[in-house]
Amino acid sequence: MTAQELSWLALWGATALYAIAMVASSIHLARVADAKTQAKALAATATSSADADVSGAQGLTGDSAAGSASGTAGASSAVRVRSKASGIAASTTLVGAVLNGVGVIARGFESGHVPWSTMYEYTITGTWVAVVVFLIVQRKRDVSYLAPGVTGFGTIALGLGMTVLYAQSTGLQPALQSFWLVIHVSIAIIATGIFVVGAVATVLQLWRDYRDSGSAFLQKWTWLEAVPTPAKLEALAFRLHAVGFVLWTFTVMAGAVWAEHAWGRYWGWDPKEVWSFVIWVIYAAYLHARTTQGWAGRRSAYLALIGFVALIMNFTVVNLVFQGLHSYAGV
Amino acid sequence: MSARLKLDNYAYRDVPRLGVRGWLRWMWRQVTSMRVAVILLILLALASIPGSVLPQWPQNAGDTQAFIDANPFWGPLLDATGFLDVFGSAWFTAIYLLLFASLIGCIVPRVGVYWRELREPVPAAPSRLDRYEPVEVEADSSAESVVDAARRELEGSGPFRWLTHYRVRVDERERKAPDAGRELALSAHKGHVRELGNLVFHLSLIGILLAVAAGSLLTYRGQALIVEGDTFTNAVVAYDSYESGALFSEDDLDPWTLTLESFEAEFGLDGNPLEFTAHAVLTEPGQEPRTVEAQVNRPIQVDGAKIYLQGNGYAPRFTVADGDGNVAFQGAVPFLPQDSVYTSTGVIKVPDVTSGEQLGFKATLLPTEGSSEAGPVSLHPAPGNPVIYLQAYTGDLGLDAGVPQNVYQLDESQLSPVRGDDGNPLLVRMELGETISLPDGLGTVTWEEMPRFAAFDLRRDPTLPWLLVASIGALVGLAMSLFGSRRRLWLVAAVAPPAGRKTTVVTAAAWAPAHDTAVHEDLEALVAQATGTLILVKTPPEDS
Ligand code: HEM
Repeated sequence: MTAQELSWLALWGATALYAIAMVASSIHLARVADAKTQAKALAATATSSADADVSGAQGLTGDSAAGSASGTAGASSAVRVRSKASGIAASTTLVGAVLNGVGVIARGFESGHVPWSTMYEYTITGTWVAVVVFLIVQRKRDVSYLAPGVTGFGTIALGLGMTVLYAQSTGLQPALQSFWLVIHVSIAIIATGIFVVGAVATVLQLWRDYRDSGSAFLQKWTWLEAVPTPAKLEALAFRLHAVGFVLWTFTVMAGAVWAEHAWGRYWGWDPKEVWSFVIWVIYAAYLHARTTQGWAGRRSAYLALIGFVALIMNFTVVNLVFQGLHSYAGV
Repeated sequence: MSARLKLDNYAYRDVPRLGVRGWLRWMWRQVTSMRVAVILLILLALASIPGSVLPQWPQNAGDTQAFIDANPFWGPLLDATGFLDVFGSAWFTAIYLLLFASLIGCIVPRVGVYWRELREPVPAAPSRLDRYEPVEVEADSSAESVVDAARRELEGSGPFRWLTHYRVRVDERERKAPDAGRELALSAHKGHVRELGNLVFHLSLIGILLAVAAGSLLTYRGQALIVEGDTFTNAVVAYDSYESGALFSEDDLDPWTLTLESFEAEFGLDGNPLEFTAHAVLTEPGQEPRTVEAQVNRPIQVDGAKIYLQGNGYAPRFTVADGDGNVAFQGAVPFLPQDSVYTSTGVIKVPDVTSGEQLGFKATLLPTEGSSEAGPVSLHPAPGNPVIYLQAYTGDLGLDAGVPQNVYQLDESQLSPVRGDDGNPLLVRMELGETISLPDGLGTVTWEEMPRFAAFDLRRDPTLPWLLVASIGALVGLAMSLFGSRRRLWLVAAVAPPAGRKTTVVTAAAWAPAHDTAVHEDLEALVAQATGTLILVKTPPEDS
């Protein structure tokens, strides 16, 4: 098997596993939400009939033990649901990430340079980083509520990458043969991966927030019960965005150093540079909005999402539509 | 915390007094408020976008002109309103200058506040810790030794303690509750690193702006094309194009010379470029000549300037003899590559003929000739089978008019093509080393050699080191500000043990912003260290 075939197979495998992980983690989330609703109901009703209620909860959560939804504690926060779905989600995400990694590395061997010089390579590497970031955060604390969003993103991004963006690997143009390519682009990809997870947390924050304040439509989404409070999500999203922002700042600066080396000017308002700047400024606005009266919470969350949209734009529309020096990186 | 409340002017609720000064002060407060900073940042992002969508004069004048020509209504309108030079437009400038005014108004006072706060003692522990979910443990040691141990732990040691550790204060005071004895109250604050980082970051942004502005005044850049074997001398006249900032004087140019010994170009089998290297000798005044190399990402450094390799191509060397048999032209002529297989075009102008009309030639070079349905084409950029197709003209080259001419173009207005026997304009195919004779005894053309040329872009910007320092400052400051924690820890120990017991009651609590959940681990470690007990601090529930 050639490196190319290996990369191809591994990435399709990763796509399929991410899809399974997305479904399984969504099911898990729904069960957690059910168990929580149950636990709340339990706490609300008299503790005398606790036994019956617990068995009811077990019935609802199917093949799983309803965890510590014990009627006596009555604390809705203590719900732990371990279901088959969560096991499947965890293992498919992990194996998917491994395959994704194999695919990326094999592509690197195939092309003879770091695998992030075309849109296709950027996509497969960026997706991998996003999932790995999620797994790292997951190790420290339970953020399985982010799993459907992250694996869903992974499925779509990899799927589009394999079908639409795929390009045969070619040698690097002389202008791309630089230490700074490795630095600049790798940090950009890591920042992007982190922003992906941050955006997922922010979307959940907004949904949960609107649901809590009585949005009629979102009441139907009972699974949002399984997601932490808006304030908790905002705290998590902030930490992710903060790391992403520092890395993005570094990306822009390293890009300027590279441009200085390669083109003799550190900044030329090339479309790619304009958009990197726009992204940076929007996230800076987000960081300020967080600490501004009337902007903290929802409005700053919207700014973070606008920043994310700009990030995706930078990588799609700007690459494909606008002409600039960066476009010789190939599509 | 207090610093921000004092300075974020939204904390001020007073209605502005009327009168010019009152209004000015009110306006200044608006400009320096955080809300305006957010709005200005959003505006800055929005204002940049047209710069990537519409063609821009500084980036691409040709496209911009074409855009204006193609859109007779919108083109001139957008041009007049600055949309075709966004980053030089009045409105873009206004936004970022306002932003920086806001930044200075916001940050400079904070520097003073920060300085004073650093020298003031830490505020005392609150008299009641109930609001902060306190933990309570009993220690076997005395209140003094508990507090001392806690202090040592918090203040830390080593050269970097100011970066990682707490500022601490201890008071002995009356106990409010429950038995009104005395107590030792320790208060520890951390957050000065964060605030310092924030200040360094914002001040560095100002530094970046100043460095960029100074750079545009002090920089110079020029383009030059050197053929293998030729020598370039650094002087304004030697450049093909040259521009400099308002404060740069041409007398500052150092007269070094650069000789291009050889140029190496490597291509893949498919014709993709692999590597370009220019081997050159650089002679600086008063120094030994030294050999240097330029590659696409590796400029040559000289006298504070950098010489970038920007392009390359072939410069065939010709000898043209006129009808009288005298050599009328001899030299290398740079041909500009037109595509990725280096199909190149060039022009030879021969004004100095002994008698008769001036000669001009238009030539197309195919580095590796092959045939296709459409005629001969180049198959590869390397010189595998180089062939030149030449068209000759006679007449007046128009060089005497005194108007500078483009060396890559032939002004055909006063020239007529040399025709062959069939009456059609003559197109001669020639190979390297060949001599062709022109019809009607006009003379001969010999293609002697095919050296390469390298196009260099030289740039000097003395502010680059400053820009780099300011950027690194911004990055470090940003990391300090975002990752530095803002935490308060308090530990209160009753001096006398509760009635009938020998232990010391210790109460401890912590505060940090919502995203900083690790503060509870800090508290746990502190209490364990100070009292020798292992406790389980109640962390707030993870969800809902
Ligand atoms: C060029 C424009 C500006 C940029 C790019 C910028 C960027 C940033 C960034 C990235 C942060 C995050 C650091 C942190 O959260 O600690 C920050 C924080 C902050 N900025 Fe700016 N800033 C700018 C202008 C301003 C202006 C005009 C003000 C004053 C109104 C200001 C006041 C602050 C304050 C007070 C913080 C700390 C917020 C906090 O405590 O979390 N900045 N700025």
